[in-house]
Amino acid sequence: MTKTGLSLGPVLFNWSADRLRDFYARIADEADVDRVHLGEVVCGKRQPFTDRLWPELIDRLTAAGKEVVLSTLALPYNPRERASVRDFCEVGLVAEINDLTALPAVAGRPFLVGPFVNVYNEGAARFLAGRGATGICLPVELPAASVTVIAAALPEVEFEQFAFGRLPLALSGRCYHARLAGLHKDGCQFVCDRDPDGLAVDTLDGQRFLAINGIQTLSHGFEAFCPTPDDLGKLGVRRLRLSPHTCDMVTVGRLYRALLDGKADRAETLAGLRALDLPGELVDGFSRGEPGSARVEMA
Amino acid sequence: MSLELVCPAGTPAALRAAVEAGAHAVYCGFRDETNARNFPGLNFSPDEMVEGVRFAHAHGAKVLVAINTFARAGAMDAWKAALTNAEKAHADAVILADLAVLDHAATHHPNLRLHLSVQAAAATPEAIAFYADTFGVKRIVMPRVLSVEEIAKLNAAINVETEAFVFGGLCPMTEGRCSLSSYATGKSPNLTGVCSPPEHVAYSEDKDGTATRLAGFTIDRFGAGEPAGYPTLCKGRFAAGGKTSYLFEDPVSLNAASLIAALAKAGVTALKIEGRQRGKGYVAEVVRTFRAAVEAIDAGGTEVEVGRLLAGLVEGGRQTSGAYKKTWR
Repeated sequence: MTKTGLSLGPVLFNWSADRLRDFYARIADEADVDRVHLGEVVCGKRQPFTDRLWPELIDRLTAAGKEVVLSTLALPYNPRERASVRDFCEVGLVAEINDLTALPAVAGRPFLVGPFVNVYNEGAARFLAGRGATGICLPVELPAASVTVIAAALPEVEFEQFAFGRLPLALSGRCYHARLAGLHKDGCQFVCDRDPDGLAVDTLDGQRFLAINGIQTLSHGFEAFCPTPDDLGKLGVRRLRLSPHTCDMVTVGRLYRALLDGKADRAETLAGLRALDLPGELVDGFSRGEPGSARVEMA
Repeated sequence: MSLELVCPAGTPAALRAAVEAGAHAVYCGFRDETNARNFPGLNFSPDEMVEGVRFAHAHGAKVLVAINTFARAGAMDAWKAALTNAEKAHADAVILADLAVLDHAATHHPNLRLHLSVQAAAATPEAIAFYADTFGVKRIVMPRVLSVEEIAKLNAAINVETEAFVFGGLCPMTEGRCSLSSYATGKSPNLTGVCSPPEHVAYSEDKDGTATRLAGFTIDRFGAGEPAGYPTLCKGRFAAGGKTSYLFEDPVSLNAASLIAALAKAGVTALKIEGRQRGKGYVAEVVRTFRAAVEAIDAGGTEVEVGRLLAGLVEGGRQTSGAYKKTWR
């Protein structure tokens, strides 16, 4: 049996160039993940700051033996953003598309499909596979019952599931960080950089609920999908995705690698994640067909 | 060419009301999970659809059938049946979002005219060209993230018709890309065709007034005697960064009536009114008013005249022109 893959998804937050450089240097040297996604997927306005970093980071990670994937913007609309989608697909590395805007640019070569593309059934997966998709990271809200059906229908496609981090729940044309600061998106002053894990959104009764990250809304809770190798076999999922946060992602990678290799059980993995002192409760409802906010039940 | 007014018909009665009030087209769905307003008491049986189309055609109006949810894995039959029933009813077009449903329709129902739902969130010339070239889609319902200026540029770059929402409910999130409702309740537009579903709603009174909750999460609070609004998740009040506010969107609805002429100039083919969950009285009034406004614009009427026609609709709830003006962002 082939080893279950472990990916580090794209950084969703507005991290400084220094933070990104340090982060990926450590990932290259120490992290037990075999694939690393680079690219700004949330906000096109951040791209001018990060785009110049990617060449050196691609080299750094590739030299360390990681497979590097370039993830495209999830909601491109202006000409510069559309050009960036095209450029990312034409670098020569495998691209992960997060909007169908990228489909013409990947025509004729293998590509990956990110969780922002709506693949809710085997027909949509088959259509994309027919266009060259070799791997699909399924939408975060998809229940296990659907995952199983889709994966069984397309054994040739590597299906991936979002396993760790705040869940990307929604995108908007409006920037919530800017709105909260009394600014418009066009003059946002990049205030989202103050919240490297997103800004917590509580209810009026003080319940922890959501988090904002510019135009994106995430869960407050941290997804902690911790399947056993047997669970994954039944699902047909061959890869898990860890979404970067400011916590120790090397440790997160080590915990998941041990879980996937059968060297640690679910309870040990969850205990390890809890010890990281994350700024959100652990949730895993989506994978159980329940509300995504449902807390992880201890084994 | 005159703007086409596309009006909501949640029920056969609303369909008749909209047609009689002057709708050029109505949109409606079947009574199941294939359409994105899968609420109890709404929608059409296959027989009602046949009858509805017959009535609309007899009055010179078109019927667009929304089959605009994402098919559940392993359960594609309901969506296939909806396409078959729409074609049998002689619907003028179907409004689709899912790649699997589009692919099936293009392959098995080549005579059905295909429109792309707002749920597909196609906002670029590349994405729109993909849907047009691959499936023969003839019209795009535009995501509510574009300004009027951007719509004009988009229309210049594509060769399909565009339809723009002008009135009614407003999602601040990009539609078809939102899982907020399922995070709280387990049900969402993409999974089950509903958002903030009523069975998860609770209104609880305490000494401070009324709290409205969705699956236990407080969405808003109202003082004693204040009318408590429905707890739609993204229209609630929340605390973030030390401030309490309507963080995502104020409890407003969309009214782009003042922009009808600008939208026409931007190359938009059709104007869409939201509200399949609304009663026939409301639908008739809104449709009649918008029809008069569209005709006034056709006749070269000024903004002032059009504004006067629509003034009656702006009473009551607060309204916004949404993303059509860039400052909304």
